[in-house]
Amino acid sequence: METVGTNIFLLVGGGIQNSLNSSGPNAASLERLWWLMFWVCAAVFVFVMIALAFAIRNGTHKSDLNPVLNPSPQTERRKRNAVLSAVFATVVILFVFLIYSFSTGRALTADLSQKGGLSIDVTAYQWWWNVRYNDVDASNIFTTANEIHIPVGVPVTFNLRANDVIHSFWVPNLAGKKDLIPGKISTLWLQADKPGVYRGQCAEYCGLQHARMALWIVAEPQEQFNAWRQNQTQVSIPPATDAQRYGQQVFLKSTCVMCHAVNGTTAGSNIGPNLTHVGSRNTIAAATLSNTREHLLRWVADSQQFKPGNKMPANNLSDQDLQAVVDYLQSLK
Amino acid sequence: MNYGATQISDEELAAQMEREKEELERTWSPPRGLRGWFTDTDHKAIAIRYIVTAFVFFVLGGVEAALMRIQLARPDSHFLNPDQYNQIFTVHGTTMMFLFAVPIMTALGIYLVPLMIGARDVAFPRLNVYGYFVYLIGGILLYTGFLLNTGPDAGWFAYVPLSGPAYSPGKRVDIWAQMITFTEISALAGAVIIVGTVFKMRAPGMSLNRLPLFVWAQLVTSFMIIFAMPAVMLASSLLASDRLIDTHFFNPAEGGDAILYQHLFWFFGHPEVYIIFIPGLGFISSIVAAFARTKIFGYTAMVLSLISTGFIGFGLWVHHMFATPIPQMGQSFFTAASMIITIPTGVQIFCWIATLWTGKLNIKTPLLFIFGFFAIFIIGGLTGVMLASVPLDLQIHDTFFVVAHLHYVLIGGAVFPLFGAFYYWIPKWTGRMLSERAGRWNFALMFIGFNLVFFPMHQLGLNGMPRRVYTYLPESGWGTLNLIASIGAAILAVGVLVFVINFLWAWRAGALAGDNPWAADTLEWSISSPPPHYNFHNIPVVQGRYALWEMTLDAPVVRGLSTTKRETLVTSVLEAEPELRFDIPGPSIWPFLVALATGVTFIAGIFTPWAFLVGAILAGATLTGWFFADPNYDNEPARETPKTSHPIGPPVELRPKEV
Repeated sequence: METVGTNIFLLVGGGIQNSLNSSGPNAASLERLWWLMFWVCAAVFVFVMIALAFAIRNGTHKSDLNPVLNPSPQTERRKRNAVLSAVFATVVILFVFLIYSFSTGRALTADLSQKGGLSIDVTAYQWWWNVRYNDVDASNIFTTANEIHIPVGVPVTFNLRANDVIHSFWVPNLAGKKDLIPGKISTLWLQADKPGVYRGQCAEYCGLQHARMALWIVAEPQEQFNAWRQNQTQVSIPPATDAQRYGQQVFLKSTCVMCHAVNGTTAGSNIGPNLTHVGSRNTIAAATLSNTREHLLRWVADSQQFKPGNKMPANNLSDQDLQAVVDYLQSLK
Repeated sequence: MNYGATQISDEELAAQMEREKEELERTWSPPRGLRGWFTDTDHKAIAIRYIVTAFVFFVLGGVEAALMRIQLARPDSHFLNPDQYNQIFTVHGTTMMFLFAVPIMTALGIYLVPLMIGARDVAFPRLNVYGYFVYLIGGILLYTGFLLNTGPDAGWFAYVPLSGPAYSPGKRVDIWAQMITFTEISALAGAVIIVGTVFKMRAPGMSLNRLPLFVWAQLVTSFMIIFAMPAVMLASSLLASDRLIDTHFFNPAEGGDAILYQHLFWFFGHPEVYIIFIPGLGFISSIVAAFARTKIFGYTAMVLSLISTGFIGFGLWVHHMFATPIPQMGQSFFTAASMIITIPTGVQIFCWIATLWTGKLNIKTPLLFIFGFFAIFIIGGLTGVMLASVPLDLQIHDTFFVVAHLHYVLIGGAVFPLFGAFYYWIPKWTGRMLSERAGRWNFALMFIGFNLVFFPMHQLGLNGMPRRVYTYLPESGWGTLNLIASIGAAILAVGVLVFVINFLWAWRAGALAGDNPWAADTLEWSISSPPPHYNFHNIPVVQGRYALWEMTLDAPVVRGLSTTKRETLVTSVLEAEPELRFDIPGPSIWPFLVALATGVTFIAGIFTPWAFLVGAILAGATLTGWFFADPNYDNEPARETPKTSHPIGPPVELRPKEV
């Protein structure tokens, strides 16, 4: 089990799931808001602690502890002025926060309708993400899972739905989170300014494997994105070797097809992730494991070992069949 | 009856007073032995049971927290499996919110409010007994389920549809839903009792503008409970009905609404935070006055702050739901309200600091915990302001940042003042002082441990670690901060252990406290420690806001109440003018039986809807018994008021004891 997730983060360096490492305009404006609030609040805290320290110093080492029932009017007035100024300062600070917060919020949502660069439907399942790229041209629509490619510098709108329970879509480097609620559609936009991989994770407790429900956003230059997209719209590559052909037969005859689809074959179920181009993805198991042969073998044989409680049962395949199925899956680029 | 005065000598007076005390003791004593345990209505005995039970739940909740910290100390840990972890975090939250925080705060009110306002018992002593047993049954239900691997696992908030019949089969969530109902009934009973007691049973002279700030805090909390708890009972009952009899209140596929549940839950859930921490503000005002040896600066501002917190507290609930698709205009309102509520709390903090500034500080353990409150709670309050901002909330909501925030608010705002209150009032309850030295160790360990556990969590949340995850990947870079937090948890646990040992030691061997070891100002310190069953031999007449400090030597007392039946004085709401003498119900087995009927109904209701029919019959029968029960007192006339050459009120201590 030590191998779980090996290199998921290291593949691309640290900080790929970090709200203070913003890589797009949406998250960047939130980071600015955070630092403003952080420094003001830190100053307030230090100020109050200093006042408390002076109060304690002023009040200690007095010999007589009989209660003071009639403080002089002069000290009472001074205390009143001090408290009133503190309250006034509080109100001013809150007002600044409020205005800054409102304007940041407006800037993020006001022109949502014009952010028409790319529109992607994400539907959350226990515990993975179904991803569908919309297009006016029906032949350009395709479905994938857990790995979302986007072009750099283009705003992307997400239409978020939940299939079963409430989930939350959160890619901290690019944007704040949004809940996916059964029976409702939420929208969110984000934009990546730098090419790279950003990891997102479900942020609303959604049951047993909430901890292992993540996704990748891969931001790449427009040409590279177009190439990827072009490839994704194609049906699956036919098996080229004997082993792959055998693997396809095993796949199509086994329970795999009860849940999974591979476009261009008879496997057409949409209960689990679409596997048409599974070989081209970087991770499996909702961005929990890197997509290596070793991980695929163990995942197909008994996924419960990595992600207990997930909906995929163990497969009782002979070693030969298992190797062949994985050969086939890896060929689905 | 003759209330005329007869001149008597000092010896005769002393003898008469002794005789009265003996009679009062006989009248107010509970039945002995096991029977007394089920029938006793003494508010002090009930409150102590509440406090001890709630503290046991606090320790259990702490053990669950420790298990979680062991699991999260290292990435990819296999100490707990996901199912165990999910049950444990759910039961931890549920325990701390429903079985520890709310009950123990109400319990301190039930113990102290009558003593502070000069009453002989609470307004509805039998309801009090009922409330305790219902609470106990609810707690036992939750832990029985948990130990049988049927602990709820949908979070302490149990969002639908995850908690609905389709995604949480079995009985786990049903146990959660019924436990909520039990503890809310109990909290409502406690709230009604405190409101009734504060409004109608104050000693003459204690007009509302002389009410101790502690009592104000309890009063505001009780009103909040009365308005907030029905919302969550509705949520949990609708959920139970979705699960038991296939209604579709929250099922989107059949026209139900998952967001409706969140509104109902948080309309309770946010005021809940204030229900937990406003009593803490009351402890602070009591402790600051007693240990700064002066009046609290800005009494009127303090009272208005408490009341406005109570109102505004109901206008914030949507800030728990900023990530849901809710119109922006609505969200803006809740942002503004969430920021505004900072102001009344700020006013109180500034007033306490001003009080300390000109006070003469007697720095003892209770005051140390208040200093701890300032440092911790202010951080929690400031991160709360950040969470109030919709856009920023979208980054830190449902991350470890919120875990840090809520523990800074609740442990800083409620648990630290609570431990201060323990050190302050335990001498009144046990008659013995806790060790000051151990108290300082207790404070230091808790303060350092707490900050080590929770401060790194701010960073974890910003670095992208979501809440409620049973593990995380080694490459995430979250391992070091999590390890620090887990080490802090061990230190915090040792701090709590020091308190338990200190208490057990003091109970057996602590220095005798005397009536008023801190030379404090409120009425509970005018009677012996521990207090007699009847609380006050002669109910005092209050002459100022700081009752004992402002009591004159010739202060009058209330005479003429019966010593042979449970009689107390009812006074007017505003001015506390005496209105009538009132018989308080005494020991009875019926409240316990009604609690049992309630327990049977709700527990059987997990399995069959017929439980409610049977339960209605059981409750009807036992309630009939309750209402027919005859107090059966000797109805002797009250004694004459003696006229003496000097006052018969208590002597007042103005200088704290050396401890």
